[in-house]
Amino acid sequence: MITITRQYVVGAVMGLGLVAALGSGSAQAGEYNITIDPVTIDTGDFTRSGVGFNGASPGPVLRFKEGENVTINVTNNLSEDSSIHWHGLILPFQQDGVPNISYPGIKSGETFTYNFPIKQSGTYWFHSHSGFQEPDGAYGAIVIEPKEREPYRYDREYVVQLADAHPHSGNRIMRNLKMMADYYNRKQQTVFDFFKDSEKMGLGAALSDRMAWGDMRMMATDIEDLQGFTPLINGKGPDQNWTGLFKPGERVRLRFINSSAMTYFDIRIPGLKMTVVQADGNNVQPVSVDEFRIAVAETYDVIVRPGEDKAYTIFAESMGRTAYARGTLAPREGLTAEVPNLRKSPLLTMADMGMSHGMDHGSMAMGRETHEMPDGSSMSGVAHDAHSSTTHKMRDGSEMKGAGHAMPDGSQTQGAEHQGMAQSGGHQMSDGAMMKGMDHSAQGAMAQGGMDHSMHGSMAKGGMAKEADSFYASNSGLMPSAANGGKFLSYNDLKAQKPLYKQRPPTREIELRLTGNMERYIWSINGVKFKDAEPIRLKYGERVRFKFVNETMMTHPMHLHGMWSILDNGNGKWNPIKHVVSVSPGTTVYMETEVDAPGQWAFHCHLSYHADAGMFRKVVVEGGPKEQSDASVVRHEGH
Amino acid sequence: MTLQKILAGLVAPAFVISVLSATPVQAEPLIWGVQAEQTEFRYGKDTDVFAWNFDALVGSDELKLVWRSEGEFATKNDNFERLENQLRAQVPISTFFDAVGGVRFSSPSTGNRFDGVIGLHGLAPQFFEVDADLFVGEYPSARLDVDYEVLLTNRLIATPTIELNLPFTDDTKYGKAAFGPSLEVGLRLSYDVVDRLLSPYIGIHYERSFGGTANIKRSEGEDAGAVFFVVGAKMIF
Repeated sequence: MITITRQYVVGAVMGLGLVAALGSGSAQAGEYNITIDPVTIDTGDFTRSGVGFNGASPGPVLRFKEGENVTINVTNNLSEDSSIHWHGLILPFQQDGVPNISYPGIKSGETFTYNFPIKQSGTYWFHSHSGFQEPDGAYGAIVIEPKEREPYRYDREYVVQLADAHPHSGNRIMRNLKMMADYYNRKQQTVFDFFKDSEKMGLGAALSDRMAWGDMRMMATDIEDLQGFTPLINGKGPDQNWTGLFKPGERVRLRFINSSAMTYFDIRIPGLKMTVVQADGNNVQPVSVDEFRIAVAETYDVIVRPGEDKAYTIFAESMGRTAYARGTLAPREGLTAEVPNLRKSPLLTMADMGMSHGMDHGSMAMGRETHEMPDGSSMSGVAHDAHSSTTHKMRDGSEMKGAGHAMPDGSQTQGAEHQGMAQSGGHQMSDGAMMKGMDHSAQGAMAQGGMDHSMHGSMAKGGMAKEADSFYASNSGLMPSAANGGKFLSYNDLKAQKPLYKQRPPTREIELRLTGNMERYIWSINGVKFKDAEPIRLKYGERVRFKFVNETMMTHPMHLHGMWSILDNGNGKWNPIKHVVSVSPGTTVYMETEVDAPGQWAFHCHLSYHADAGMFRKVVVEGGPKEQSDASVVRHEGH
Repeated sequence: MTLQKILAGLVAPAFVISVLSATPVQAEPLIWGVQAEQTEFRYGKDTDVFAWNFDALVGSDELKLVWRSEGEFATKNDNFERLENQLRAQVPISTFFDAVGGVRFSSPSTGNRFDGVIGLHGLAPQFFEVDADLFVGEYPSARLDVDYEVLLTNRLIATPTIELNLPFTDDTKYGKAAFGPSLEVGLRLSYDVVDRLLSPYIGIHYERSFGGTANIKRSEGEDAGAVFFVVGAKMIF
């Protein structure tokens, strides 16, 4: 009797403890069921069969709470293997959902149960990591409610999930691209464009421009490999017009997620300033912008405050200006606002080919002055002979020209050149970034402080906003600017609200040259496709500095699974924490990763057809505790 | 016969190995497709001709197996002036060029023949698509085929083509004389109706023989040169 009573008492106490824990929100447990289903996708422009979750594409918005343990039963109702990857979530590698890296995948008709703790908050998304199911529609959103109060207020929120639905299946697109790399490029320069250019710049100049591109067998119009898609917002095409309601004066939080297979978008809401408060799920110091570019797989949370009793258009132009997504914020159903026209398609320049470094001399001299900061903090692991005269020579315009002529063979020439530059190029870039970062942050702070729009605009006209953004090659054709002449968000503007990791020098640097052969539609890292590559081996506990050198003429959103990517945008301890780092053509970008997650992870370009063509690596983290632990992570609370 | 046996023997196993060697984790999708540059009816003074020229390919980035078929059927005599089927293996040797090795089976109305093929296939500077082939056998010859696309709009495309055949020996059965070249020049104006799947075109096609080959033509009562008006379609799928 006594024993039984005792057991009862112990049980009751434990139960109370559990209730208490639930109450405090520290150990909740949520169970979710997801099915992966064949679905029909209707974009308003076309209808096709695709893949979705719980019978629809996009799938549901999963709402988790920071601190809870989630159990997610995923049933595959397709006739082929499938998977779900939780994009941006920090979790044990077996739960990451990448077939043949995390686990074998989910066979047709089978259910896989994911089980992991939610250790973060913010906006994320999930998608299939099998074949081309994601481009075929298998994506959904994740919103994680934070444990602590957020450092900004809003009255309502919407997920705004972008996608680039294509009438062709992913398999067919890949096959067509392999048969003919420009199969989907309908923005190529025609003879009439040539006549126009001849009139503008003279026959000789127009001819030498075309000859220069022709000599490389590359195209200035090669910005979007894949055209002919219909951009979607929350599954709705431009004519289907997704609408989010608001009451005038309310603060509305928009959680932008770019779930496109291949498409970057430039997003604006004419008539409204957007305050960027989060990037890739992590809070950033608020920046007020008129427009921003979202790379594939990134997320940005913005807060808008529509004051008037009227509709506002959410307008997201593809970076190549071949199509737009459109939605509406409206005080009532049925209201619409004017839909802007697409702007002119940009053209790549020789700078995007990595062949122009004209502006670097200037920025280098200035960069020196701010040198101590990056050196002291993030760059201490780097060799200090960076300022040797060879650097200058390599950067010298005439030298580059010589190299430029040898370009047709592309990667080799450039590769040698980049290796020759060693760390110096990076040093300088980093400095440039820092300078820009300071400029922009000042601008951002002023905007926050209530600076009026006209002044902001005049600053832009004064050349600040249009000035070289170090995340684009100088004179890059891809350099964005706001449609209203105002502020366009730059990577330089992103500063962590609360750094997740203590700043420390990296233990080593790993160079990843982003390489490819456009004509053959082969994409690779360091010239090697995934199929032929050895995994990247990292050691648990180290802090690795990744150096991305983009030697292609395309923009690559690089995504490391399982661990945060700390983008080095020159903001030192405030460098933002991301899960996707976009690398523009002809640029070098650095990110650092605290290697705090044992196991094996995927690391790839998030353009679906680039990843599949070989721009993909397996990362193996050796050592560390068997069970994932965050013991080594130094939380940097209170600043 | 020995050469083509060797080539065929080399090609098939290499291809199979390449396709099967990819492990599941790193499997790349199989590349396959059909590209028909010409499927057309040629209206001429002497005779009309039905002609085609397509590549059907399967393989990987590293090795492609291509079935190339070319035919010219003259309606006047109901005979094949040209009928060639090649089995070609393509291996990348530079950024823009593949080396080609394979066999050709020719079976025009004048008789059958096997040759070995070695060549280059790729994209030359300024976007010229080039096929340069050497046919090796009892009657060796060389062929250079160059295509260029002029975009009038992104769908309306003018394609000038040139094909030069050069026999190295007298080949009476096929009506060729040593070093008597024959030339085909074309200009086709196409419109992409459905993606690049179907692009109908009209154009002109001009054929001309020179030297000893022209003499053979003339001795058979034909002209050394002939002009055709063509109607047809390009296809990629």
